[in-house]
Amino acid sequence: MKLEVRHLTKRFGGVAAIDDVTLAFPSGSLSAVIGPNGAGKSTFFNLISGAIRADGGHVLIDGEDITAHGQAAIVRRGLGRAFQVARFFPTMTVRENLMAAVAAHRGQWGDLMRRFPPPGASPRAREIAAMLGLADSSDRVAATLSHGDQKLLDIALALALEPKILLLDEPTAGMGPEERARMIDRVQHVWSEQKLTLVFIEHDMDIVFRIAERIAVLCYGRLLAAGTPAAIRGDPAVIAAYLGTEVLAP
Amino acid sequence: MTPLAREGGIALIVLALLLGAPALFSSPAFEDFIIRLSALALFASSLNLLVGASGMISFGHGMFYGFGAYAFALLMQRTALSLLPAFLLTLGLTALAALLVGGVCIRLKTIYFAFVTLAIQMLFYSVIISWESLTGGDQGLRGGIPRRVIAGLDINHQRHLYQVCALLLVVGLFAMRHITASPFGMTLRMIRDNEARAAFLGIPLWRPKLAVFVLAAVFAALGGVLASLFVSGAYPELADWPISGQAIFAVMLGGIESFLGPLAGSAILLALNDIFTRITEYHGLVQGGVILLFALGLRRGVLDFLRRDRARGEAASR
Repeated sequence: MKLEVRHLTKRFGGVAAIDDVTLAFPSGSLSAVIGPNGAGKSTFFNLISGAIRADGGHVLIDGEDITAHGQAAIVRRGLGRAFQVARFFPTMTVRENLMAAVAAHRGQWGDLMRRFPPPGASPRAREIAAMLGLADSSDRVAATLSHGDQKLLDIALALALEPKILLLDEPTAGMGPEERARMIDRVQHVWSEQKLTLVFIEHDMDIVFRIAERIAVLCYGRLLAAGTPAAIRGDPAVIAAYLGTEVLAP
Repeated sequence: MTPLAREGGIALIVLALLLGAPALFSSPAFEDFIIRLSALALFASSLNLLVGASGMISFGHGMFYGFGAYAFALLMQRTALSLLPAFLLTLGLTALAALLVGGVCIRLKTIYFAFVTLAIQMLFYSVIISWESLTGGDQGLRGGIPRRVIAGLDINHQRHLYQVCALLLVVGLFAMRHITASPFGMTLRMIRDNEARAAFLGIPLWRPKLAVFVLAAVFAALGGVLASLFVSGAYPELADWPISGQAIFAVMLGGIESFLGPLAGSAILLALNDIFTRITEYHGLVQGGVILLFALGLRRGVLDFLRRDRARGEAASR
């Protein structure tokens, strides 16, 4: 599915956190959103996913305006997201986390007639765990997982919704080099396997320029530039504001 | 064996033991204890549907206990309904009241939710005190409960009241257990664990929250009806805020993570009360001291403490 924003604007007090941003993510693309701290990247995701209301502009999925929809409706429309600080259900095991998410996705969250898990939830949970390399940790209580596995679980929960569009807010935040590489492998694997429109926020420029097909650069709420990695690398405005000169070297 | 069948089996065995007990040993004191326990344990367990299962800490849950007692006593005194319809109508009216109160409260978070529930309970209490023509004011609804007959049981007799209470206690607890173990119960746990994530899995949060608020109120009213039968009427104390505190004590004392925690807590609370009122006039002080010891010594409810201790033992022996 194609994700599009038009003239999206959000102000906090007098400060425009997102200022008239217009941008399109084509169906099946892998895009990165970069920018210095405070550039409005997380706000951008919060606006798209309905976590906060925009002051102006529109968000469109496959041309349909979803700006006024609530979070639950946007989720049903096919948009899933993972968070900068992993969000999951810490007292449940990994398997329970995923089975609960699958049940929620299938509209069984209000079922009072049977015991948990509802039929079919378990095999699907196993599939998702395998896709993210969490199969061996299935019976561990989520609170005891390593930081990297918690981030993977957060993404796994989003995937339980069978999204067509997936937003990942700093999937590698707080990770060491090895964990980072594993996470990026997984993200690429999921993207190619599920044919998702995937957008991720990332600070590590090596990762961004290595895997992203398209890059959008935000700076103080404004869209500084958007395009292919090659175009971004050579964009004078981006270099001046953000990248510096070192990236030009290779 | 499925968990449902296993728990159903346990419930049936416990019920058979409770119903058979008077045939083995006749103890009016034991029967009296179970009657009082059934009311408090249903009430405390219903509170734990909110506190433990959903992470919604209500300070005003006692209003539904009081509502159940008053609604039932009034229906029995003022209408010609027989016991069972009056009982069912009471639960229905409580659900309606909870829908209204919950509609206001569930949008609020944490401490705001707690205090608005408390405020509404105090309002409810004031109405009971002021509306003398209906409720008897601070004197309560006296004059007893007429037509105390259900399914051939005349519950003027303590033995029969005991049987009815035992049945409702076991059935009520089993129903609440089933709720917490259902997919709906898991949804509540998701909301308790991480509300933002639950919302992002497409769960419209207000619906499960309002639903559990109403369910918890209905089970509290069930306890209130039993209390009303026991005291033969309804008194403002049944709706006053310390009654909410008592349920919170029972929950904290027994454990919020174990399903039977509130039942254990209720039994401990009643037993402490019975023992200390007999030996000292400062029973409140002693009881408070014991609760403090539990809270500071175990730092969690008794059943939670035992469970965690056992889990640690298993981990160590592995």
